[in-house]
Amino acid sequence: MKVTENANLHDNYCLLKLRADGALPEMRPGQFVQVWVTHSPAVFLRRPISIHYVDRERNELWLLIQKVGEATRAMAAYSPGDTLNLLLPLGNGFTILSKTSDKRKLLLIGGGVGIAPLLFLGERLQAEGFAPNFLLGARTKDDLLQLEDFQRFGTVYTTTEDGSQGEKGYVTQHSILGKTRFDYLYTCGPKPMMMAVARYAASALIPCEVSLENTMACGIGACLCCVENTTQGHVCVCTEGPVFNIDKLKWLI
Amino acid sequence: MADLRVNIGKLSLKNPVTTASGTFGYGTEYADFMDIERLGGIFVKGTTLEAREGNPYPRMAETPAGMLNAVGLQNKGAEYFTDAIYPKLKELDTNIIVNVSGSSIDSYVACAEKIAALGKIPAIELNISCPNVKKGGMAFGVSAAGAAEVVRAVRKVYPRTLIVKLSPNVTDITEIAKAAEAEGADSLSLINTLLGMAIDAGKRKPILSTVTGGLSGPCVKPISLRMVWQTYQAVKIPIIGLGGISNWRDAVEFLLAGAAAIQIGTYNFIDPSASLDVIDGINAYCDEYGIKSVSELSGALEI
Repeated sequence: MKVTENANLHDNYCLLKLRADGALPEMRPGQFVQVWVTHSPAVFLRRPISIHYVDRERNELWLLIQKVGEATRAMAAYSPGDTLNLLLPLGNGFTILSKTSDKRKLLLIGGGVGIAPLLFLGERLQAEGFAPNFLLGARTKDDLLQLEDFQRFGTVYTTTEDGSQGEKGYVTQHSILGKTRFDYLYTCGPKPMMMAVARYAASALIPCEVSLENTMACGIGACLCCVENTTQGHVCVCTEGPVFNIDKLKWLI
Repeated sequence: MADLRVNIGKLSLKNPVTTASGTFGYGTEYADFMDIERLGGIFVKGTTLEAREGNPYPRMAETPAGMLNAVGLQNKGAEYFTDAIYPKLKELDTNIIVNVSGSSIDSYVACAEKIAALGKIPAIELNISCPNVKKGGMAFGVSAAGAAEVVRAVRKVYPRTLIVKLSPNVTDITEIAKAAEAEGADSLSLINTLLGMAIDAGKRKPILSTVTGGLSGPCVKPISLRMVWQTYQAVKIPIIGLGGISNWRDAVEFLLAGAAAIQIGTYNFIDPSASLDVIDGINAYCDEYGIKSVSELSGALEI
């Protein structure tokens, strides 16, 4: 796929837009791609990156990337016209509730760069007739990304750890959780945050799906490196996940 | 177009390129990316008599030009393979070779017997070299006596082509190779992964749940190539070379060093169809140098 745009977002993030020569395959929110980072000799394995958004009109795939290591910094350096080798789409994706579901109040909780798959999920849920709510948390206002895009698909609530935007604190401390009874939760972010969300969901008896990011090699269920211990034993996050209902996980919550 | 066919014991391969156990699932995982029937063979994931959950997560650490794994032979057992996997694989037009592992002589033998009952599996690869299990595995592969004992026992119950996969974590791999040959192995595959470890300096913790794991990828290639060359001079049975092969040039080097066939392993994770490019590359190499049969390349190193 060809890079059409690679925009730096503040210092630590970039939004990479890629266009396929042919039509993009069907993709579901929560699925991911495996990027072959060929320009960085220090990087050997592909890097799993979740699908941030699919722009069907432009035949574009968006990846939201936090620059944390060699590979992500190499990705941030791609320029329009560069060609990338991707495996896609991989993984299972979030559950898209049916139009007639009695679960109407949906909350999508994201932390840091973990907000990435929630934009695509929000768009798909809105297209299904839902009015999704987003609760997005970050360390500072500079780490809250793409808010205008999220606002196109639903109501956005925010928290920052330093109080520079939205409510001060963690997502699980946001006042909306006390005011509204949600019917279904989706979450993606750092593991401690997702565990806190899972704890909240379990105590409030709200169904909850989490997206895991266990380190992986192949991304297609062959190497068995990325396993999560579940009620069905060790299963590959890359093929059985990355999205799991918290009922399936053996987290101590 | 050169004649790419090679023989390993009674096993005929349409070309010398196969995929390594533990890196290619049951083959079908890769069918979306390539025509798996073009391969000379597929070594499917390590199978034990009873199901194994494997080691806890984390099981993987990236290294310069490679990776460490500590999967620990996670698999659903020989019966699952027979009932659920074999029916899907037996119609494939390539050789399906089952990698057999165990925690005791008896469990190796029982597993080999179960696979022997499957008519369309022409060979097994006896794994006496997995570094990631506490019992069995590499324990049998690091001494000539241990290797001899397990090969002798399995040879008695397994009539088809018996390939023994050797560990590089030994002082002299040729001693183990000779012991396996003397007990009736038809072929040797080498090498399995090298024992290594990775540490997270910030946390002062090992990255792998098992502390140590098996190193693979391009970083091990000089070592595996050297071991194939040494072993080629020590035994008469055919060698299947693996360890860091990622392109046709690597593959040709292994053939020249003495391998009759090769396996692509970790590189399948980077480029799922790399093995097909290797087949095409070997063919082009043969054409360029006027080699009529790829078997002429085995051991053709000039020193």
